[in-house]
Amino acid sequence: MEWFNAVVQGALLGGLYALFAAGLSLIFGVMRLVNIAHGDLIVLAAYLGLSVTLVLGIHPLLALIVVVPAMAVAGYILQRGILNQTLGQDLLPPLLVTFGLSVIIQNALLEIYTADPQKMNAGLLETASVSLGGLSLGVLPLLTFAVAVLVIAGLQWTFYRTALGRAFRAVSDNQDIAQLMGLNRHHIFGLSMALALAVTAIAGILLGIRTSFDPSIGGGRLIFGFEAVIIGGLGNLWGTLAGGVILGVAQTIGAKIDPGWQILSGHLVFLIILAVRPNGLFPRISG
Amino acid sequence: MSHRDYSVTRSSRAARVATVLGAILLVVLIAAPWWAGRADMRLMGELFLYLALASLWNLLAGYAGLVSVGQQAFVGFGGYMLFALTIFAGLPPVVAVLGAGVLGALIAVPVALLIFRLRGAYFAIGTWVVAEVFRLSFAQISALGGGSGSSLPTNIVRSMAASRDGRESLSYWLALGAAVLVITVVYLFLRSRKGLALSAIRDNELAAGSLGIDIWRTKFLVYVITAALTATVGALIFLQKLRISPDAAFSVNDWTAFVIFIVVIGGIGTVEGPIIGTLIFFALRETLADLGTIYLIVLGIVAIMIMLKAPKGVWGLIRARYDLQLFPLGFRVERSNNDKGT
Amino acid sequence: MPDMVLEIRGLDAHYGDFQALYGIDMTVARGEMLAIIGANGAGKTTLLRSISGLMKNGNDQIRYNGAPIGAMRADLVARLGIALVPEGRQLFPSLSVEENLVIGGQVGRKGPWSLSEIYALFPILKERRHQPSTSLSGGQQQMVAIGRALMANPDLILFDEISLGLAPVIIKSIYQALPNIVGQGMTALIVEQDIARALSVSSRVYCLQEGRVSLEGASGGISRAEISRAYFGVT
Repeated sequence: MEWFNAVVQGALLGGLYALFAAGLSLIFGVMRLVNIAHGDLIVLAAYLGLSVTLVLGIHPLLALIVVVPAMAVAGYILQRGILNQTLGQDLLPPLLVTFGLSVIIQNALLEIYTADPQKMNAGLLETASVSLGGLSLGVLPLLTFAVAVLVIAGLQWTFYRTALGRAFRAVSDNQDIAQLMGLNRHHIFGLSMALALAVTAIAGILLGIRTSFDPSIGGGRLIFGFEAVIIGGLGNLWGTLAGGVILGVAQTIGAKIDPGWQILSGHLVFLIILAVRPNGLFPRISG
Repeated sequence: MSHRDYSVTRSSRAARVATVLGAILLVVLIAAPWWAGRADMRLMGELFLYLALASLWNLLAGYAGLVSVGQQAFVGFGGYMLFALTIFAGLPPVVAVLGAGVLGALIAVPVALLIFRLRGAYFAIGTWVVAEVFRLSFAQISALGGGSGSSLPTNIVRSMAASRDGRESLSYWLALGAAVLVITVVYLFLRSRKGLALSAIRDNELAAGSLGIDIWRTKFLVYVITAALTATVGALIFLQKLRISPDAAFSVNDWTAFVIFIVVIGGIGTVEGPIIGTLIFFALRETLADLGTIYLIVLGIVAIMIMLKAPKGVWGLIRARYDLQLFPLGFRVERSNNDKGT
Repeated sequence: MPDMVLEIRGLDAHYGDFQALYGIDMTVARGEMLAIIGANGAGKTTLLRSISGLMKNGNDQIRYNGAPIGAMRADLVARLGIALVPEGRQLFPSLSVEENLVIGGQVGRKGPWSLSEIYALFPILKERRHQPSTSLSGGQQQMVAIGRALMANPDLILFDEISLGLAPVIIKSIYQALPNIVGQGMTALIVEQDIARALSVSSRVYCLQEGRVSLEGASGGISRAEISRAYFGVT
């Protein structure tokens, strides 16, 4: 029962990782961009949430109303102002520019908020739990998982059922021909980054309610998101959720064996899957 | 004018002048223990080790297209192997440094087999995962101090040289030697057949493949060589520091971020770039270090600006203006000297 | 002076150091069907890429309805009413047949063409509308590519090698449909390898050779000898 509990807790944790991963997966799908600063943007969203809750004195979940649009606008500006200039055949410019961005965000957060760990106060939500068949499940992890499912369903719907999603897919398929359809790819890329950072904002706030955070943890969040994407298979949003769940379960089971093994066992499971199924478990597009 | 008036050569006057000046500079640097103070020597030693790391990362990313953000895996691994080989195997520190290089090559083989399955940008993050696995694994080894790390025992430190000055000099010379060795290896490798193949791959992977160049094997070889030398440099870094911990050994900021900034600012994909970049980096650090985090933000902004506006870096700007090449790699057509000026 | 849809003056085009077009002069009158012929590498596709905005040129080198568009972005050119049926069809593989057509109409221009008109022209596409575009045969894919361009209700439509890689029967049926399309007041520019077909369908013809115009004239009034000289550069 204890082990079963670990699996369930891990699966719920996987919802958070899927949220880390969804934005990464989205922008890779649309413009083949891998954003090294993704994890730092998650942390940035958490700090924004913290500031909003403190200044306005509102519940962290209500802070989403401010942080989600703020991150989306920042994403659009970031993409059109900087990242669009780096896109092309050469892999180096986007990687190095987003790497530089990662260092800038991290140190700017250090400068503003110091290195002290912070946490958002969500009151009862943090401790509330429900009993389910002998298991005690936290309301926050359940909520996080439900949000992850909703976000991924929403992204899936946007991608395959809306004009914006059609434009995303067309630009992803063939940028030149998409331009001939009157689509300005720079604008479309900007919109995809805006959407990705809106999801990142949700991920950041939920992270900040769940655990304490400091400016240095961005790299680790990027890696978890990345592992979920690769385990699930590139270009498959539901696969990304599965990847997040697998990673979460691996971590909680590792922690059960030895607390020092939590993160390590997640990485090891990722490496094993990479060795056995290099394209992930449910691949849709080739890298 | 006949075709005999032209000759194809690798050398140039600038390169010949650079060779002479370089040799003089090297002699002056070797003599540093007799003219420089302890603090200056430490700084120069650190500079040489960063120069070595930057040249290696440049070979990896700038020439082989293997953009790694996880080279701290091998820096830290080399450092830990120095400690392990001296403490457990009783090897003299200098031998242990070389041993760390050999072990670095060995561990790089399975790592490469695994992460070469990731393409392009995902390869980069894959290298980071490996570095994290190394960090977390070494934190589990209690014999090496676990998460809090350990210091090099005094008897091992003493075994390097009897006096403190002697040790400082030795560690300075080792750092200088490592930088010279790395630049020489990188330069000779780029001039070799394999190196030419690398340039061909960089210019056009598809075409290089059709020429029968085994891209995978060439990249694999570069990755393993780079890992071995990075581990050697890592061992030297922690021989200077005399203390190691997982967070210091596998720091992405110290061993990858700074190194990437050095190469990007200096000029990626050139032998000269990392040298210029290291000099600029240390000049900035010595003048702006008081600013702390602001300094890193400035560094990040400079690197982004250079990547966007002058992707060939400072050396690229110099070369565009003066057509210089201190380490002649490309062949050039020169008019011969006995040209009578038709 | 006839009403000119397109006026090209001294158009040069480069791929890096390689110059693909040298001082092209060309005019296209409203409602006409113009053919462009020439050997591989003569610059035909480059010319169409320049007109559609996929290649940047001197702004004044290309004028459309009197306004300079040479340096204009491709998506804005498309909104002005120039559509391209690209060589090799280049449908969006992750879009269904119908989505490929709908996205063509996204420029939002008014005109006779709509989804139902396209389906009336190519009934087979209606049957297959929810399939992925990659599942169609070559000829059906070409119908989608033509339909996608028509959905924009363009003033000027550019066809690049629409017969390439298709069976003769299919080519015949596609060319039979062309007059219906262009009959609706549209101006068309057709790049075609098949000289006989290009001449039969067009009113005027330009021949390109190594990036220059080597021949220009009424399609009916040019001799075989003139064409082969202009085409191959044989004197």
